[in-house]
Amino acid sequence: MTSMTGSDNNSSRRTETAIDTRDLGFSWHPQQDILAFPDITLKRGEHLFLHGPSGSGKSTLLSLLAGMLRPASGSVQVLGTDIHRLGASARDQFRADHMGVIFQQFNLVPYLNTLANVTLPCGLSPLRSKRSEPSVSAEAEQLLNALSIPEDHWHRKVTRLSIGQQQRIAAARALIGAPGLILADEPTSALDADNRDRFLELLLNLAHRHHTSVLFVSHDQSLAHHFGRQLELRGNRT
Amino acid sequence: MKARLALSLAFASLWHRKKVLALVCLTLTLSVSLLLGIQYLRTEVKQSFTSTISGTDLIVGARSGQLNLLLYTVFHIGDATNNIRWSTYQSLKDDSRLKWLIPISLGDSYRGYRVVATDENFLAHFRYGQDVPLELAKGQWFASVFDVVLGAGVARSLGHQTGEDIVLSHGGGRTSFSNHEDTPFTVTGVLEPTGTPVDQAVYISLDGMEAMHVGWESGVAIPGRTLTREQAEGRKFTPDAITAAFVGIERKVLTFRLQREINQFAGEPLSAILPGVALSELWRLMGQFERALLGITGFVVITSLIGLIAVLLTLQTQRAHEIAVLRATGASPALIASLYILECVALAVVACLLALAIGTAGIFLASPWLLANYGLQITLRPLTSTEWALLGSVPVAALAVALIPAFNTWRQSRRLGFGEAADQ
Repeated sequence: MTSMTGSDNNSSRRTETAIDTRDLGFSWHPQQDILAFPDITLKRGEHLFLHGPSGSGKSTLLSLLAGMLRPASGSVQVLGTDIHRLGASARDQFRADHMGVIFQQFNLVPYLNTLANVTLPCGLSPLRSKRSEPSVSAEAEQLLNALSIPEDHWHRKVTRLSIGQQQRIAAARALIGAPGLILADEPTSALDADNRDRFLELLLNLAHRHHTSVLFVSHDQSLAHHFGRQLELRGNRT
Repeated sequence: MKARLALSLAFASLWHRKKVLALVCLTLTLSVSLLLGIQYLRTEVKQSFTSTISGTDLIVGARSGQLNLLLYTVFHIGDATNNIRWSTYQSLKDDSRLKWLIPISLGDSYRGYRVVATDENFLAHFRYGQDVPLELAKGQWFASVFDVVLGAGVARSLGHQTGEDIVLSHGGGRTSFSNHEDTPFTVTGVLEPTGTPVDQAVYISLDGMEAMHVGWESGVAIPGRTLTREQAEGRKFTPDAITAAFVGIERKVLTFRLQREINQFAGEPLSAILPGVALSELWRLMGQFERALLGITGFVVITSLIGLIAVLLTLQTQRAHEIAVLRATGASPALIASLYILECVALAVVACLLALAIGTAGIFLASPWLLANYGLQITLRPLTSTEWALLGSVPVAALAVALIPAFNTWRQSRRLGFGEAADQ
């Protein structure tokens, strides 16, 4: 597997930078204006808060970083790999191996139970299942415990759980197998204030313990104090 | 690893949607059962039909077409064009190359069922199916002039028991106005069901046939000239003619030569037919119909597969979020598309297995009843290669139709951004 050999060769560089973008630009159609993004450099283990008004291209940036959209210009290095130089299936595999994802809502596969949702990335990535300590199911249980999901919920259908619990399960899924980077797209916007702060604290603590970088996107400025670094997107078009 | 994940996702997804899919699966199961059942019955009925008569090498009758001769001698359909002279029958009987002969004399009926006048050779030599001899369920074969043996179907539908007296009618047809009132026959035996036209006839001796027609030379009974049972007992009757004869040949290699000789018989115009050849020709005529039936059933299966696709496409809308999650977690568009194919094929396989179970149980439970009530002999047997192929074509067709939603999803999920649900 290409991504695995890559991780061995570039392990020193990988520990340094999680994200490194240069002159990143995107447009839906060649005739349209290009949406320009500021250069982002994020060290391994650092947490970045990215905010900006709607339409400023937050989700587009995440798609570019995840390798799901192609940039019109510039380059994206994630953990030392220029992901847009990879082929489509290698990019999917890279995402499975090195990125955890959390969305605003509908984070879980409705027909899998809690544990199966958490271990989903390990099914897609042998690397992450190898990195799960001590085993895939044991790490999933540890994460669910740490995120205070009661044990009797583990084998339950996820659709019966509360939104707060669902988001925490999504966080466990993002953290399992210690990926280098977690991309979080407004994961707290459906939560109330108490749940929001608790969720963020748990996520960032666990990410810190796993030495995982977090890119957290939100329009809610009040969350910024949890993060060491902040960046504002203005949505510059050229 | 990926394949295992795809399989576990597909099965979890099927289980999650089991209520909706159970109905689709039921539709598919029923249509596959129908398809398989019709193909199975087709083979069985053909088997049953072509073994209506076996062991008989030639059927000899007056000169006519082979289908006509077969129809009136074996199936009791239509009438004889002419008779065979008794002397001709005797000369055939003297031929040492012929192992046995069963004389058949037709013309009368009993409440719509044919009266077949024959002798003890019918019980001894007539075979059907895989060389199965006739057996008596009750009583014994006729011994005296006014004894009658009933086919299983006649006995069942008319509810006759041994020892009862019945009055035969003159001529064919269900409602005959001239009955042989003076010469009632006594039921001495009932044959076992055979699933062949043997069940739908009554059997008397050639003597009995002659005896009840004494005084009927003009077509109606002339009072005073008919015999009573007492007068007939002990008298010797020699028929003038018989309708046909079933022939068994000592050395099978002579069959064609004997057939030719009989066809060229100098005494009177005769026809000798090979019953197997005539039966397959008759089946070929009727085969068009059953092929059309199979074709219709094929369309039923296609219709239910289209129904399955309609349901899968509807479900696709509900699956947009799930696909977004799988994509962002690193699942390739191919893996997501394969879920549709796996689910569809799994449903088809389940439907096929259920159809097999339903078919087996159905035949197992219904076959004694079918034989008893309709004289249809359907046995439980392993499927033929054609039937397996037909059954196997269902998952293959399911795979083909699953390509529609699979391709749809594959194309959409390739263009999906982070956390984006495909808009429908």
